[in-house]
Amino acid sequence: MRREGSPFTGLGPVFLKEFSDHLSSARMMVLMLFVLAFGALPVGLSLQELRNVTESDPFLFLRIFTSAPQRVPFSFTAALALVIPLLAIGLAFDSVNSEFNRRTLSRVLSQPIYRDALLLGKFLGGLATLAVALMALWLIVFGAGLLLLGLPPRGVEVARAAAFLLVAIAYGGVWLAAALLFSVIFRSTATSALCALGLWLFFAILWPLVVQVLVLSLVAPEVAAGFGRIDETLAMIQTQAGLERLSPNTLFTEAVIGLLNPETRTLGPVLPAQMRGAIMGAPLPFGQSLLLIWPQITGLVAGMIMVFAAAYVIFQRQEVRA
Amino acid sequence: MSDQVIEIRGLTKAYGGHRAVDAIDLDIRRGEIFGLLGPNGAGKTTTILMLLGLTESSGGTVSVLGFDPVRQPLQVKRRVGYLPDAVGFYDHLTARENLRYTARLLEIPGREIDGRIDEAMKRVALADVVDRRVATYSRGMRQRLGIAEIVMKRAEVAILDEPTSGLDPHATHELLEIIRGLKRDGVAVMLSSHLLDRVQSVCDRVALFNRGRIALLGTVVELANQVMGAGHPIHVEATGCDIAESVRGLEGVQKVTPEAEGGVRIDADRDVRAAVAARIVSAGGGLQRLSNLQPSLETVYTRYFQENRDAA
Repeated sequence: MRREGSPFTGLGPVFLKEFSDHLSSARMMVLMLFVLAFGALPVGLSLQELRNVTESDPFLFLRIFTSAPQRVPFSFTAALALVIPLLAIGLAFDSVNSEFNRRTLSRVLSQPIYRDALLLGKFLGGLATLAVALMALWLIVFGAGLLLLGLPPRGVEVARAAAFLLVAIAYGGVWLAAALLFSVIFRSTATSALCALGLWLFFAILWPLVVQVLVLSLVAPEVAAGFGRIDETLAMIQTQAGLERLSPNTLFTEAVIGLLNPETRTLGPVLPAQMRGAIMGAPLPFGQSLLLIWPQITGLVAGMIMVFAAAYVIFQRQEVRA
Repeated sequence: MSDQVIEIRGLTKAYGGHRAVDAIDLDIRRGEIFGLLGPNGAGKTTTILMLLGLTESSGGTVSVLGFDPVRQPLQVKRRVGYLPDAVGFYDHLTARENLRYTARLLEIPGREIDGRIDEAMKRVALADVVDRRVATYSRGMRQRLGIAEIVMKRAEVAILDEPTSGLDPHATHELLEIIRGLKRDGVAVMLSSHLLDRVQSVCDRVALFNRGRIALLGTVVELANQVMGAGHPIHVEATGCDIAESVRGLEGVQKVTPEAEGGVRIDADRDVRAAVAARIVSAGGGLQRLSNLQPSLETVYTRYFQENRDAA
């Protein structure tokens, strides 16, 4: 049976309302303060260190993002890998169930819109907010770099940094979709927040360890101990990388490495034979770097769409009555 | 088009093996107030949600203003106003901002929005608090705001789910006045409620739901006649004489039953009040009270569910 009318009827008003609600909410302020605090520390310290760099580095500007200063054990991008999910979860963990609990859901759905528009509008509103927040952060870092390094970035550096911003938004989008999914599944906002945060901790801390244990327990003992044949060892490493890439955090980290460290030629193991003729430490052109991390970008976007689709299917089947 | 605004034929909703709504037929006419009554879980809200296309039906057909809510939900929802049970608004926004959001969803042209909001808020007597945040509203005000939304929408049909539940008597009275106002505008109103005597005062027709079926349908008087039997029941209290003895043999009296609170109930096929009074006085009794027992919806409701308890 076909229904009449566009599923996007009313998408605009829903999107605008979500967007303006997010931007004016106290929660957004708190989240931004959190992100700023986390970002300011590595950026500030690495800027101090970079000012003293004397050797010429063609990608000095990008080092603001990637270098881990001596006094703090993480770089700006590593901090982002950790706090972007938190920002996204904070924006979306209660987006559907709070409407249900405030009993606004049935009233809004009795207006001439489909559920599609409501869910998509909420997602896009959150994504736009996330994009604005990350863009602001990005500009702050850029501005600080200009002021404190006194060195304008080259065009290719700007392009790489801009690509990094897009990847960061896509990474946030995955977590936004995940939080939205939990907000559809659970009626209680606390439960959905807890589940989303649990998933975040799982991928941030537990998953790499789980993968390591899993892979080591599957291969023969001599391979695990590092004495296996080269093809066996290679297979083990590739399995491990493949499993780790199920985590959006891994995808994001790899994409960042490829984009912001132009010297990166591969994200997996390299055999000496493959390095023949390569000039060590020479940067790759931007296009080649992009090609290198294209699977990671595709993976992030696909993950975002898949998780959103799951939320969509569950939401369509849900009863609206209390 | 006929003056039917809602036409329901054989509507069914099954959850697993349980039939929440079981093949109901119902017609709502233009400009009437129609009451859906029945205990919780009788299928009232499910029926309402199916009318709006918010829940899919398992069988049967529905036509709302000539549209099918399953296939043309946007057309239906554009013309039908719905006030859910315990309606909610965005507390952090003002009433005006809440209604503006709805107006944008309704695609009301931007320059008309504020005028229509002011007009609607005046109708529900909330004009002076339109720019206050909804968090400060009482429950009664929220319900009225919900009706303002329907007024702003210029809906042809208003469906109100338990509009008076949880309201104090004064707020209930105000709300029912507003609902009568909707009727005067030619809006067909369908409401579900537990507050039976209140419903009685506004509804033109009612349907009594029981276990997913419509048990009774008609005006309050018709319902009373179906359940209580036709007739003129009266209530008599008197001192100094045996009422049952003194009205014995009186023409038209069918049954005399003593009531628990004192006095007796006399069922007759005609108005026997004058004759009963004369009998009691001539028997030397002091007539304390003689009242016509209006069939109240509450009595009908209670009696119906007493009689059908075995079935229920």
